[in-house]
Amino acid sequence: MSVTEAPLLELRGITKSFGSVQALTDVDFEVRAGEVMALVGDNGAGKSTLIKCVAGTHAADEGDILFEGREVHIHSPKDAANLGIEVVYQDLALCDNLDVVQNMYLGREANNFEVLTEPVMEQHTAETLTSLRVTTINSVRQTVATLSGGQRQSVAVARAVMWNSKLVILDEPTAALGVAQTEQVLELVRRLGQQGLGVVIISHNLHDVFETADRIAVLRLGRNVGLFERDKTTQQEIVEAITAGQPTKVSGIPQTTATGPAS
Amino acid sequence: MTTAGAAAEGKPAAQEAPQGVAGLLHRAYDNMKSGNLGVLPIVIGLIFIVVFFSFKATNFFTATNFVNIIIQMAGTAMLAYGVVFVLLLGEIDLSISYVAGIGALTVAELQLPGSGHEINGLLAMLCAVAICAAIGAGQGSIVAYVGVPSFVVTLAGYLVWQGVILQRLEQPGSIIIQDRWINYTASYFFSHTAGWLIAALVTGLYLISVIWTVVSHRRAGIPTKNKGTMIAKVLGVAAASFGVVAICNHSYVQGNPLGLPLAGVIVVVFLIVLTFLAKRTTFGRHVYAVGGNAEAARRAGINVHRIRILVFMISGAMAACGGIILAANVNSVDLNFGGGTLLLNSIAAAVIGGVSLFGGRGEVRGAFLGALVIATVSNGLNTAGYATGIIYIVTGLILLFAVTLDTIARRLQVRSGR
Repeated sequence: MSVTEAPLLELRGITKSFGSVQALTDVDFEVRAGEVMALVGDNGAGKSTLIKCVAGTHAADEGDILFEGREVHIHSPKDAANLGIEVVYQDLALCDNLDVVQNMYLGREANNFEVLTEPVMEQHTAETLTSLRVTTINSVRQTVATLSGGQRQSVAVARAVMWNSKLVILDEPTAALGVAQTEQVLELVRRLGQQGLGVVIISHNLHDVFETADRIAVLRLGRNVGLFERDKTTQQEIVEAITAGQPTKVSGIPQTTATGPAS
Repeated sequence: MTTAGAAAEGKPAAQEAPQGVAGLLHRAYDNMKSGNLGVLPIVIGLIFIVVFFSFKATNFFTATNFVNIIIQMAGTAMLAYGVVFVLLLGEIDLSISYVAGIGALTVAELQLPGSGHEINGLLAMLCAVAICAAIGAGQGSIVAYVGVPSFVVTLAGYLVWQGVILQRLEQPGSIIIQDRWINYTASYFFSHTAGWLIAALVTGLYLISVIWTVVSHRRAGIPTKNKGTMIAKVLGVAAASFGVVAICNHSYVQGNPLGLPLAGVIVVVFLIVLTFLAKRTTFGRHVYAVGGNAEAARRAGINVHRIRILVFMISGAMAACGGIILAANVNSVDLNFGGGTLLLNSIAAAVIGGVSLFGGRGEVRGAFLGALVIATVSNGLNTAGYATGIIYIVTGLILLFAVTLDTIARRLQVRSGR
């Protein structure tokens, strides 16, 4: 892993409230290129809200978003996509009635004066799947309805990385999968990091997190409660942070060497 | 599909994929296994219907009656084309029959000699289509932007446009259409030579499109699928188009030779254009996407509102086209225009043709075949001397049967797929 330069994505002091509910308070977060960063926390910890601020679904009330070292303003999903940020939501957002190629190019079909150029799309789809070593899909022309859960997740992830994206955010990618399929998807997540992308994985499943992530950021009640390096922490420590962590009052970028709540 | 599947298993593709007609049958079998019935059941059903009535009624299986069926199906088919797009979105348009009436009323009004605003028939038809497209856009906007269910919006449209027709025609009772261009849509027959040329043109265009597909696939480095199957398909299209012209050229009315009816050509031209629109353009792809998963389509950056409005515009425009042909068929527009079974037959045609009511599944050609089935059944029962009641009962049973078959097939697919 070669991480020397500035983080790919950096969030500083993100605050967001919905009416009287304070969803996020002064949250910092960062992802480097080529790194898998896990974002964990209990229900209502603010994981999804934080991601939605990056994806352009919500606008943060306060705080700065820096992408590749520059301050950016993300007002819509399109802004995020233009920067190279892709989100794979839990429901995958695939059209069951369309085939793999059609889903990969959904909304961005290759066309020549509005006439679809299928061969180009078919070829590129096959290449992308091959480069990610997604080998379980027999034909890129089969409808998504006929795919298994793991294959569908693979298609959704492949779609996210196909557009020269730099940062891929995965929301609970293994929540609905069996053991073997989970392994398939985790393998794919690790490979994305190896290919130099920044990856954020949101998960409840600490096993998955320890399988894939390089670093683990923990949120609790809308605040940072710790940033851990996978190799220097234990599941026990993460669980404690999730359930009882105290806010880490860090200024600016959180320390990567922090060992969790000062207890 | 077969080729890619076989290749992935590491076997030579040619071994697994039979060529020619065998290839077509093999693919149909593959499709059926995965719950996608395609056009096979409806074609088989049609053959049964034709054979049945040929034995039942002496003057059913004649060239002249074949031409009759083409003209009888034309109006319903045009409306059904619009229904396909609306159903693909998972919406419904109940207003089409009376929007068709508005289209017919518009052309009748605009060609009315001595009214002071008579214009050329061709121009009148364009106006009618534009007005009905605008009606569709209005209804579609309410569905898309306000979020009123399309069932309710178009049910309101059904009443409103019926009311407009009644208001206008209460006094005269009906308007006779005298403009020849308008009447041609249902009563013009091509000369025998022109018919052959049209058949050659259709075959040629299909051949070119197949060759183009092969070339562009090869350029992209994708192995060409089953060559024999493609040749079989081209030969099939050639046989169908030349066959239809041959039969039409043998038809007579009171000793006068007829030929290929313009109405049939219009139906086929729209079939080709709308199939292209649905299958080969970004717009068509987005229609399928919105029908399959509107939320996914929205997140993918597709302007769902725009797609909805455009689809309702297509529905309105196609209703106008159908309405004009139906009016031309009787040379007039009267108080009852757009009533009766027109609406339900149009929707039934699309549904019999395999278009799902829940959106995302179906093809334009389904509406063509569905309209053909409905026209053939009603023509056959008429020819065999059955009463109207029987025609409704049989059409209803066919509709039920077609949808049941489709539903069972789909259930099998879900079971085998996951």
